[in-house]
Parts: sequence; C-alpha cells; structure tokens
Amino acid sequence: MTVGAATIGRRSPMSAAATSLGGALRSVLAFVVVVALIAIAWEAAKWVAGVPWRDFLGAPIDPPHNPPFRISQLNDINLPHTWQIVGAFFEPATRRSEFSLGAVLIDAAIFTWRGAAIGFALGAVVGLLLAIAFVHSRLLERALVPYVIASQTVPIIALAPMVVLWVGRDWPSVAIISAYLTFFPVTIAGIRGLSSPDPRALELMRSYAAGWREVLWKVRLPAALPYLFTALKISATASIVGAIVAEAPTGIQGGLGRAIIQFNQQYTSGPEKLWATVIVCAALGIAFFVLVRVAELVVLRNRERTVDA
Amino acid sequence: MTDRQPVVTVAGVDKTFRTGEATTHALSGIDLAIGGGEFVSLIGPSGCGKSTLLRLMGDLTQPSAGSVTINGKPAARARRDRDYGMVFQAPVLFDWRSIQANVELPLEILGLPAEARRERARRMLELVELSDFGGHHPWQLSGGMQQRAAIARALTLEPKLLLMDEPFGALDEMTRERMNDELLRVWERTGTTVVFVTHSIPEAVFLSSRVVVMSARPGRITDVIEIDLPRPRTEATRELERYFELITAVREALRAGHGPAATAREATPAEGEP
Amino acid sequence: MSARLRYYLPTIAVFVGGIAVWEAAVRGLQIQRFLLPAPSEIAGALVGNWEELLAAGRTTLIEALGGFAIGLLAGLAVAFATARFALARGALMPFAIAANAIPIIAFAPIMNSWFGVTSPLSKMMIVAMLVFFPVMINTVRGLTSADASTLELMRSYAASEVEILRKVRVPAALPYFFTAIKVGATLSLIGAVVGEYFGGATVALGRMIVESASFLRFAEAWAAIIIAAALGIGFYLIIIGIERIVMPWHASIRGTG
Repeated sequence: MTVGAATIGRRSPMSAAATSLGGALRSVLAFVVVVALIAIAWEAAKWVAGVPWRDFLGAPIDPPHNPPFRISQLNDINLPHTWQIVGAFFEPATRRSEFSLGAVLIDAAIFTWRGAAIGFALGAVVGLLLAIAFVHSRLLERALVPYVIASQTVPIIALAPMVVLWVGRDWPSVAIISAYLTFFPVTIAGIRGLSSPDPRALELMRSYAAGWREVLWKVRLPAALPYLFTALKISATASIVGAIVAEAPTGIQGGLGRAIIQFNQQYTSGPEKLWATVIVCAALGIAFFVLVRVAELVVLRNRERTVDA
Repeated sequence: MTDRQPVVTVAGVDKTFRTGEATTHALSGIDLAIGGGEFVSLIGPSGCGKSTLLRLMGDLTQPSAGSVTINGKPAARARRDRDYGMVFQAPVLFDWRSIQANVELPLEILGLPAEARRERARRMLELVELSDFGGHHPWQLSGGMQQRAAIARALTLEPKLLLMDEPFGALDEMTRERMNDELLRVWERTGTTVVFVTHSIPEAVFLSSRVVVMSARPGRITDVIEIDLPRPRTEATRELERYFELITAVREALRAGHGPAATAREATPAEGEP
Repeated sequence: MSARLRYYLPTIAVFVGGIAVWEAAVRGLQIQRFLLPAPSEIAGALVGNWEELLAAGRTTLIEALGGFAIGLLAGLAVAFATARFALARGALMPFAIAANAIPIIAFAPIMNSWFGVTSPLSKMMIVAMLVFFPVMINTVRGLTSADASTLELMRSYAASEVEILRKVRVPAALPYFFTAIKVGATLSLIGAVVGEYFGGATVALGRMIVESASFLRFAEAWAAIIIAAALGIGFYLIIIGIERIVMPWHASIRGTG
C-alpha cells in the first residue's frame, strides 16, 4: 500500500498522460457537442413555437417563416437568435462606442479576472496556513473551526457593498471578497489532506527522528495536494462569482459585473448584448477552472490516476 | 560475528494500554537479549504483543515498566541517533516520490548532500535487485517489489538493527519464499542484527538463529528455540529433516503457550485486567 | 455535562471574546460607526426591525427552498437517466462539470426578464441552476460508485436492474447525494440573497441589505445578513439531521464531514 493514493490500476506515467490527453480531448468534444445541441434545441423551439422568422443568419427569408404554434415566452426578446448573439460580439458595444462589444467584454473579463485571481491566490495561501495551524494545534482547531464553518454560511457576498465602500471602488475590494470565498474550501480540504497520511508513514518519520516541519514538508503537504486541488477547482469558480457580485451593485467600473448591469438596462433594445456578456462570464469561469485543472494534472502527474473529470 | 555486547536488551518490560475505560495488558515481564548479527524471530498468536514489543524496541511506544536498551543506549536516544531501520507489513512508500526518492528519504532527513544520497540509495537498490526501477513510482510495482524497496529504504541508514513487522505477510507463498531467500542474502552481506515478527512458523524457522515464542495476551516469552540449521540457508534447507523437527518444536511451544494451562491462566483475569 | 462544556470552552471563549473586543473597539477606537457597527447596535436593529426582517426572511426562504426543490428534482432526474448509459454520461458529465464553473449569478438579470423582477420564480430559477449541477454530478458519481464485486454478486443472484438499483446503487450513492445537497443547501440561501441584488421584491433579505447599505444604515444591513446566515445554518442542520436518520452508519464514520 502506498501513502496518498487510491489503488485504481497500474500504468506507466507516459500512457497515463496519453490517456488523460485523449480523455481531455473527449471531454472538450463532449462539451462542444452538448452546447451545439442546446443551440439547436433553442432554435428548434423558436422555429416551432416562436415569433415569425424574418431572417436566418442575417439573410432575409421571404416570405417569413410562421411557426405553427405560439408560446409567447419564446419571443425574440427572451430568446434572441443564436446568430444574433454571436453577431453582437462584432458590433459596437454601444451606439457611441468605437470598440466592438467583443473587445469591451474581453477587457472587462481581464479586469474581473485580475481581482478574482489575486483574491484566489490570497485565499488559498491563508486557507492553507490555517489548515496547517489547525492540524498542529488541537486547541486552535477546537476553538476556531466552528467559526470557519459558520463563516461560510454568512453570505459574505452580501457584505460586498460594504467592503467596497470601505476599501474603495477598485480591484482590492474584489480581491478581498474573492479571497474570503476561497479560503474556506481550502482550509477544510487542507485539514483533511494534511491529516490523511497513513499513521504508519508518520511512525516511519518518527523512527527517523524527523521534526514536525520535516514531516509537514515531506509527508503531509504532498499527501494534501490532491485534496487541495479539489478545493481549488471549486474556489476558482467562487472567486469569479465573488468578483462579479462585488462589482455589480457597487458600480466598480471596468469589470464584467458593471457590464451586466449596463447591458441589463438596455435589455429590451438589445437582449443579445446581455447574453453575450453572460457567455463571456461563463467562458471566464470555465477558463479559470480549466487552468486549475491543468495545473492539477501537471503537479499530480506522477500519481496514480483516480477517477475524476 | 564475535560481537558479544548485546545489541538489544529488554529487561523486565511490561506494557499496558488504556483505551477509554478498558485496560489492555499487552506484555508482561519480558526479558530478552539479542546479540550483534543475530537473526531473531518473534512468533506468537494474534494479540500476543509481538508487534508491541517490536515497537517498544523502536521507541515508537514506551514501556509501562522495565527498560529497553539499544546499542547500550536507551531506546529513545537510539531512535534520535537513528540506530535502527524499520519495515512494516505495508511498504508505506510515498506515492508522489519515485522509488529512488523513496529510498533516499531517510538520508534527506539525515541531511546528506544530494550526490552522496543518490549514491547510497543506488547501492541499496542494487542490493535488493531493484536497480532498474529507481525511476518508477510505487504504484507501478508489485507488492513484493514494493517491499523490497521498503527494505532498501530501511537499510540506507546502514543501521545496526533492523526491525521488521510481518513484512511479507501480505504476499503470496511463492513470493514470500523468494523474499525470505533475498532477505537472508542481504542480511549476510550487511551483517545487521534483525528482529523479525511473523505469523508463519516455517518462515521463522527458515530465517532465524533463534525463535522467540510468545504466549497469548498478556504476552510472555514462553520459549526460545535455537535454530541450528546450517547457513547459508537455501531451497535445500527446506527439505532437511531437522527443518521439519524444528517447525514441530516451535508449533508445540506455541501450543503450550496456548494450551490448557494457558486457557486456565486466561480464565482467571490477571491483575489490572477488566 | 461538564466534560462536554470543557470541550466547547475554547469555542465559546472565542465567541464571547470576539464580541467583547468588537464592542470595545468600536466604542474605544471611534471606528466609523457606519462601516462596522457595534454588536449592540446590530442587536438593536435586529429587535427594532424584527417584523420586517421576519417577512423578508420568509420571502427569501421561499425562494431558496423553491429553487432548491426544483434543482434537486431536476438534478436527480437527469442523474438517474444518465447513470445507466455510459454514452450519455460521457457526453453530459464534462458539460455539467464545466457548467458548474459558470458564474450562475450572471444569469440573474435574464431570469428577472424572463420571469419578472418581483416574482420569486426568477430567484428560484437562479437557485435551481445553482443546485442542479452539483446534485447531478455527485449523484451520477454516487450511482456509478458501486463496487464491481458487489455488482457481480447481485448478478449471481439474477437480480433485475431495478433491484440492483434499489439495493446496491442507491445506498452506495447516498453519501455522495448528501454531500451534494449540503452544498446545495448553503448555496440556495446565498443564491436567493444575491439574486435579489440584481432586483427583486422589496421585502426580501437581499434587497434589504442593498438598500440599507445604500442609505448607510449598516446596522440594519448586518441584521439582515445575520438572519440570512441563521436561515442558512438552520437549513444545513436540518439536512444533517436527515442524513443522520437515513444513513446512521455513515454519519458516524464521517467525523469531520
């Protein structure tokens, strides 16, 4: 039995990497297929029960297609055509703007991501330090863990407006909120991971008269890495959510939160812009998640493969 | 081997565990001396405390009464001086390190520079015939190979004492016999003193110079049987009549510690037992 | 009893100490009242606005519970449907895992447009989306977690697929399922509150927080946050209670859940 692995099977690292690359490609393909299916279902619903189609991919249809049924919710305001949403990226962001919507949204995404990423890094470090403290001091653990858990039921996001007022209308507020949302999963996962090594491994280290710092560095931390990555994947998403929510009601300029508010106000005249914004938010969330996942595959490359996605 | 100073001296050792309300009297009145270069097996029924005795020698737990001396020092100092190596039933290798890095682990803690570590680890891997697998990872190796790596790791500190707790218990019979041969080969090359805990009578007889037979809880030494089989011990040894005689002797000693007299002893609770 | 008390003493000490330090700091250091009101002020706001808070809490709770139920049922349905078919699993799981990484909250304005800003349904849909993906992912993982040898055993008894589902897969899936709904429980309150940020009925916790904050009435905002937190903790505890009843064998093993 080895310390830090679930026994699934034996493969060389090379073939394992190849499988994970193949597996990754398959996952991407599956994702694209499902998105395509959703788009098809979207348009199919409009075809069958929406409002009359006057054009298709920009080219006019004459006479316009009249759907056999009519469900009033499936109108062009609620469900703009998919090509209109895609097209919106290339059109000017606002009537007076010289930049395309795509460019504006990408700028906003970078702004939001910066705050979120800094917060994520900060929260991860704090979470890990807390976990290390808790694993080595039962007193600290007993005293503080209930508050760590309780802290997560406090909708910190609800405090966002106040944090922004206090710290200022810029990315540090965003970073603080993202850090808060990150540290909890990392702390909990850290505690579990740091205490996960086989007691016999710890006895082994004792037989080498190793100090607690060596045990931490050589045994506990490596054993904790898989757990930490699981938490970090969740935290990545949480940081982005935190960033967007911090920006939205408080008027922090330059980020996706602001963009959502702005294009929401123009919804009835241009719903596809809001949808485009939502797509960029989604892409940012997924991209950050994938980044952490790739880091996980690299850092844990020599370990036995456990079933995950 | 003319090292007459005993490497291990266990004197009047008692061990009781307290778990919650219950007290377990694991060991009672253990006296044992093991000389340099000896290969001694501890055998006994489950729960007789043989693993506990081993762990007392390694200062992984402390006696409730009596003393344990290793190389003339108290067990605690021997541990801090890293005088012994330990092998458990599970290899306890680190999944995230290569085999080579696993074997280097004690040397890292000792503070040896990288080149010296690599050299010594390589020598140990050669000793257990795993030279080609230094770059592999533990989960890529079979159980027997993992245990060989664990043994190599235990030997990197070139300890005077090797403590082994049923290291081959999880292996199949054929692998086990092969590992026994290998262990003896390594032992003869290094001249280490070995204390070997096992469940298997043939294994104990095949490997040891002496077999220490223990009784059921509370563990006592009921008998020490000298194994006068010639060395080096090979396949042929397993066919000798003397081999089978000794196995019978050990079996009978075990039964004596576990027989009617022993049953009567267990029926009347000893002091300190619930 | 005293042994229990001694065990929790550090926790209690931190709580009492924390409140005391907070109160002293606010008074002593003259920290701008509006940013960090003293605990006494917050307590006052809680008592003073109790009626309003209760009504707001009810609205938000309904949104959270409604969305939770929708997301739970949808997640379970899709999980059961896809767990059987490896192909569907292979297609849907990557999508679900990616979708779980999407900031669902970005959909809040669209949901408001679809279902009406003041209608609780718009918030319920946000919560449902938040809850759906973890439930689906974890339930599928749970249903496919059954040990190969257990399945072989069932087949040797010529058990039907439905029987295997009932007797083996579902019990094996329970721990994963409860993990998912615990996540969902905490998310639903937060999702409802934050959804209200983007617009909602006036008498709702999220709206109360935003409006109190904009009028610099921070003690009231904190009071609303405390109510939201209490509801979240309560919901979570109820689920833990249900978990203890349904899976007594597992909950005891769990330790730090």
